[in-house]
Formats: sequence, structure tokens, C-alpha cells
Amino acid sequence: MNKEFVKFDKVDKSYDGKILVVKDLQLDIEEGEFVTMLGPSGSGKTTCLMMLAGFETPTHGEIYLNGRAISSIPPHKRGIGMVFQNYALFPHMTVYENLAFPLRVRKIPKDEADKKIDKALSMVSLQGFADRMPGQLSGGQQQRVAVARSLVFDPQLVLMDEPLGALDKNLRESMQYEIKHIHESIGVTVVYVTHDQSEALTMSNRIAVFNDGKVQQLSSPDELYEKPVNSFVAEFIGENNTFAGEVSDISGGKCKVKIANTEILANPISVKGKGEKTKISLRPERALINPSDKMDNIHSGKIEEVIYHGDHTRVRIDVLGNNQFILKVPNSSANMDIKLGKDIKIGWNSDDARALDPK
Amino acid sequence: MSSETQQILTTDGIPLEVSLKKAERRNKIKAFLLVAPLLLFLIITYVFPIGDMLLRSVDDKMVTEMLPKTFKAMEKWDGKELPEEEVFAAFHEDFIKLVEEKREGKLSTQLNYTKNGFKSIIKKLRRKSKNFEEGNYKEQIMAVHKRWANVEYWNAIKRRAPAITGQKYLKGMDMYKNETGKIVSVSEDRRIHRILWLRTLEIAFFVTLFCFLMAYPIAHLLATLPMKYSNLLMICVLLPFWTSLLVRTASWMILLQQQGVVNDFFVGIGLVADDARPEMMYNKTGTYVAMTQILLPFMVLPLYSVMKTISPSLMRAGKSLGGTPIVAFWKVYFPLTIPGIGAGCLLCFILAIGYYITPALVGGASGTLISNQIAFHMKSTLDWSFASAMGLMLLTGVLAIYWVYNKLVGIDNIKLG
Repeated sequence: MNKEFVKFDKVDKSYDGKILVVKDLQLDIEEGEFVTMLGPSGSGKTTCLMMLAGFETPTHGEIYLNGRAISSIPPHKRGIGMVFQNYALFPHMTVYENLAFPLRVRKIPKDEADKKIDKALSMVSLQGFADRMPGQLSGGQQQRVAVARSLVFDPQLVLMDEPLGALDKNLRESMQYEIKHIHESIGVTVVYVTHDQSEALTMSNRIAVFNDGKVQQLSSPDELYEKPVNSFVAEFIGENNTFAGEVSDISGGKCKVKIANTEILANPISVKGKGEKTKISLRPERALINPSDKMDNIHSGKIEEVIYHGDHTRVRIDVLGNNQFILKVPNSSANMDIKLGKDIKIGWNSDDARALDPK
Repeated sequence: MSSETQQILTTDGIPLEVSLKKAERRNKIKAFLLVAPLLLFLIITYVFPIGDMLLRSVDDKMVTEMLPKTFKAMEKWDGKELPEEEVFAAFHEDFIKLVEEKREGKLSTQLNYTKNGFKSIIKKLRRKSKNFEEGNYKEQIMAVHKRWANVEYWNAIKRRAPAITGQKYLKGMDMYKNETGKIVSVSEDRRIHRILWLRTLEIAFFVTLFCFLMAYPIAHLLATLPMKYSNLLMICVLLPFWTSLLVRTASWMILLQQQGVVNDFFVGIGLVADDARPEMMYNKTGTYVAMTQILLPFMVLPLYSVMKTISPSLMRAGKSLGGTPIVAFWKVYFPLTIPGIGAGCLLCFILAIGYYITPALVGGASGTLISNQIAFHMKSTLDWSFASAMGLMLLTGVLAIYWVYNKLVGIDNIKLG
């Protein structure tokens, strides 16, 4: 497999000559991979997708597709399938004609085209809808047609720009699995843009977290969640408890961080020496109530709020001067004594408390 | 109907349908009262005038009422030989009455429309009729002028007997009913109306075409430019709209005349010689130029409103699927603008077909339209029934175009905004 099927090489993009929307982007995408560009709005992810599709040109740098520089190739010659945010189905054409469009411009004979269209429609389970107009379809069905249309001409690469944004929650979740399965069955390379982290975590092989025109972290979903490399990623992906402090000692793969008159042990990720400011990130599910003695961080706090969530309870605790500390307590008979205002002991392992940049 | 359908009752036992009607009646009355003033206004200013125009265009009872006894006496006359004494006596009786009421002049005008030459002989008859003796009116009237002894003139009078006539419509198409009652065209050198109708259609068609060719890119630009620039452009499009039509037409006269700005410019850049300045006004060119400019906003606005709703991602989709920009435009963008094109073209064509001021001012002889002819008959010849007939023919033409458009494109495909 080609490790550098898509390659962004030092790509800059500016619209007005004053602000860089994309800064020095370096990104390699492997053939057959499902890569998601995730980030808040205005982080440059859609711009990157548009540059790849050919609707925007890089201000500096070059994009390679399968080893070929593509900046000077117009969109219609790139052979990249694309699914747009609002589907962009041609409203005056039937589903069949929509799917036939990319085949007709490629001058594929009709019987062969019909076979491809049948195949694409059955892939998204829309057989029998060929003669409908897009306006007669529900949002989910339109979405499937858009996916089928982007795949019908067998592109090597498919781009998806927040394709599920307009669907309701249940439909969105089932479509996530459907797109994932399609990707797995035909092995096409997919670059997917979204601002919905759960979507990204569900579907992707790798996720590129964008912020401020830069890729903050590019890694697999589990690594992204478990091992964020900076505070932005830690805070953007999932829930996160933070403590701001100053490193007072660093040795043997652990560091001591001074917070509100006490010191806690943490895992030094982006701190190098004493006196550095840092922000410690800890996932809510990694802190436990009634900790065992083996844990190297045990502190006492006061329960400020209890919210019942069915399978678990969210508990907000005031600990070490942070009254926004969240705990997720699984609902079991052993944990029934959580009451508002009660003092409890909580603990966590220093490995899970990641000392990141102070931003 | 079938015994199985059960009537649904409300909790009070009133049938649901009755109850629903009762509940909605108030709203219906309210809604009707709200539109009532407009409805009344439309009836007074639109339905009545058109109805009146229709009546006026076929109305021919003026002569019928002026010569009641004559027409009664003429019923038995076959029109081949001169009528009998009985007819002449009846005519004399009617005529004396008209002279007493001083209405014989109107009769002469009316009869003159049917056949030239009545004016003078009626004048003469009035003078001589004072000294007529009782009895044998045929001899006395025939002695007044030799035309009174001509059977064609009596036939002309008889043709005016019916109270309703379609002859104004025939005249509008350069046709008439001849002595034997057959519908024939007038001789070729006198066919002015057909030329005008064809010219009107031709000018309306080309003005619409020019408007479309110019408006399409402008509308596209308006719909795709960023707000900041598109607002400015929109004002440029609308500015002529806010200027008086007369002023705009007059400014075209300044620009297009032989010593005008455009001609000076052409001479200045050496395109034409100073002594061979082309005539761009008082002919078709002037009408084309000025009307296209004036009707342009009517094409731009419907096109713009439709283009505004077309998502830019559709063109992108077309390109990303492999269509060249031209294919993407032709297969994706253009079909989606058809409702706007239809609305704009229909609007421009209908406005152009009845345009009056501009062709009157810059059209000259070869650039005037049917509407100018209608105005001429309204103001100069005072033949209102002919003007009405042509107005209605114009209206029928517009309705026909509407019908054809509906058949071809479908009227629900129109989008004005």
C-alpha cells in the first residue's frame, strides 16, 4: 500500500493575504485509509478538503495524489469523488440521471454504466429508487444517493464534507456505520471532514485534529483520546478535567506539579524542566471514588452536584481548588451513597494525569 | 352514500362537517373582506374597461339607431338593383329627423368609414332636402348626386344594418368584407397593419433575445459576487428603474442622434467617416437599443432571484464528478435557471409587444409598433372602436403566447422571486 497516497507538502493557504487559514500543513494519507479532519469551525479543515478537491488553490506548497502534483490540475480531471454538506444532488435529474452524470461525461457505454449504477444503488440499499427525483426522497435517502454518486465512477479517493450534518441524531448514527462499512467493503481512500468528535471517533482509521490552521495531532481514535499531545486536543476530544500548576520537580518519568498549596504527581508529556507552567489533563473515567491504596494520587473533595444519567452518574466535585472536577460513577449498588455535600476521597494514577502545555 | 360510512359527531352531537364549516366561516368572511377592496378595484379598473373595450370594438349600433326605418324597409331588398321607393321614403324620414337633431354629420362620418364619398353627398342632401316635395323621394334623392343613384352606396348603407360587427377586426388584419360578403385582403399597397403586427412581433422577439443575452451574465454575477459588490451592481441595475422612462428615452435620443455622442465617438476613433455618420435613431436600431436598455431590469430580476437559490455546491459537484466547466454549466446550472429565463422572457416579451413611448420617440417611421397605431386611432382619427379592436387583438396575442408557454414549459415553472 502506498503510504503517501495523498500528501500535503508544506501547504499554506490565505484568502486575503493577511491571515493564514492553513499553516505549513504536512499530512500523509495512506491508500485505503479513512482519515477524518476534525476541528472547530474556522480551523481550516474544509479549506484543506477544498484544496484537495481543486476548488481552492494552495497559496504555497504542493499537494500530491498518488505521487502526482495536482495543484495545476482542474477539479474535473482529478477523478476524486466528493460528497457535499447539503448533498448537492442535481434537483432536475432523477436518481438514475444523477448517478449517470459522472459516467456519461466519461463516455462509458450505457449497458456498462447501468451495471455500475445498479451496483452503487444496491451498495446504499436504494434499489428501486432510480426513477425518483431527489425532492421525493428523505434526507437520509438523499445522503445515500450522494454517497452512491461519489462512488459510482470508481474513484480512488472520496472526499466527504460534513455529509451527515443535516441529519437527525439517530439517522446520523446509522449512516456513520453504513459509510464505515462501505469503506471497508470497497477499500477506497476516504478523507472525511467533520466537527463532530463522536462521528470522527466512530468512523476513522486516523484522525487529524485541526486548530488554528494546523494539525494538532494525527493519530488513531484511541490514541487521540487516551494520549492527547496537547491541551487543545485533550479538551477538544471527550471530557477532560484540568489543573493548572507549576512543575516543581521532574525525575524518573514522573513530575511533581504544584497546585494550590499541594503537589500532585503527573506524567510529563510536554514539560521539560522545573518551574515550567503546565496544565494537567485527566479523563473523568480515570479518577475513582473510594480509591485503592495503590494509586499515587489520593485527594479528598466535596460533592457539589449529582446528575443521574441512567447507566452512570456524573458527579461534580470540588477538589484541589477546582470545583469543576467531573467524575463518572458507574451505577452499581456499591456506589449508592453519593450524596450532595458529602466529603469523599478520590484517586487516580499519575500515568493518566498528563502534564501538557499551559495554553 | 354507503350505509357503512358513519357520520362523525362532535361531543355536542352536531355533525363534524357542520361544526367545521361554522368554525371556518368567520375566517373566510374575514379573509374575503380583506381582499374585497382590491377585488373591487380590479373589477372597476380592469374587468370593466376590458369588457367595455370588447363591446366597443364590435359595437355598430350607432348607424342602426340613426336609420331604423330605412333598415326595416331594406330587409326585403336583395341589393342587386336600386331599392324601391319605399326604402327611399323611409331613408328620407330618418334623415329629416337626424337633420332636426343635427346628427347628420355623425352619420356621414360613420358611413364614410364603410365607403369613401358619403361625406359630400350627405352634406348636399341636407341642403337640397329642405326643398323636397312630398312623395316620389326616389327621384328627388337620386337627383341630388349621381352617387345616390349608385347601387353600391346603398349596399354600403345596408352593410351597416347589424348592431354588431367584426369589420374592425378585419380591418386590423388588413381585410374586409366585400360587396358579396366574402372576406378578402386589401390590395397589397394598402396593407399597413400586417406590417405593423409583424414588426411588433419581430422587435419584441429580438428585444427579448438581446435582454436575455445581456441579463444572463449580469444576473449570474449578481448572484455569485460577495454581498459588498453585488449590492453596488444591483443599484446599477436598478438605477434606470428609478429614472423616468421619458428621461431615459430622451437621453438615448441625445446619445444616438447623428451629431450625438455615440456617432462622435465612432468618428473620433475613425470607425466611420464624418460625412457618413450612420443613422441610429428614428429607425429600428433606435427602438432596439432603447427598448433593450429599458427592459433589461425585467429580465435581470427574475433571473437573479432564481440564480440566488442555486447552491454553488451544485456546480462544484458537477465538476468534481468529472464534468468540464462547460458541461457542468450546461447540464447542471442552465437547466435550473429555466424558470427564471421563462419568467424574464415572458415579462420582457409581453412588455415589449405593447410598448409605446420609446418607439414613438426614437422609432421614427420604420420603428413604430402596433401600440403607436392604436394611440393614433385613439387620439387623431377618434376611431375608438378600431383602437379597441386592435387592443383586444394585442391582448389575445399575449394570452396566446402565455398559453403556448404554459404548454411548452409549464406556468408553474415560472419564478418571479
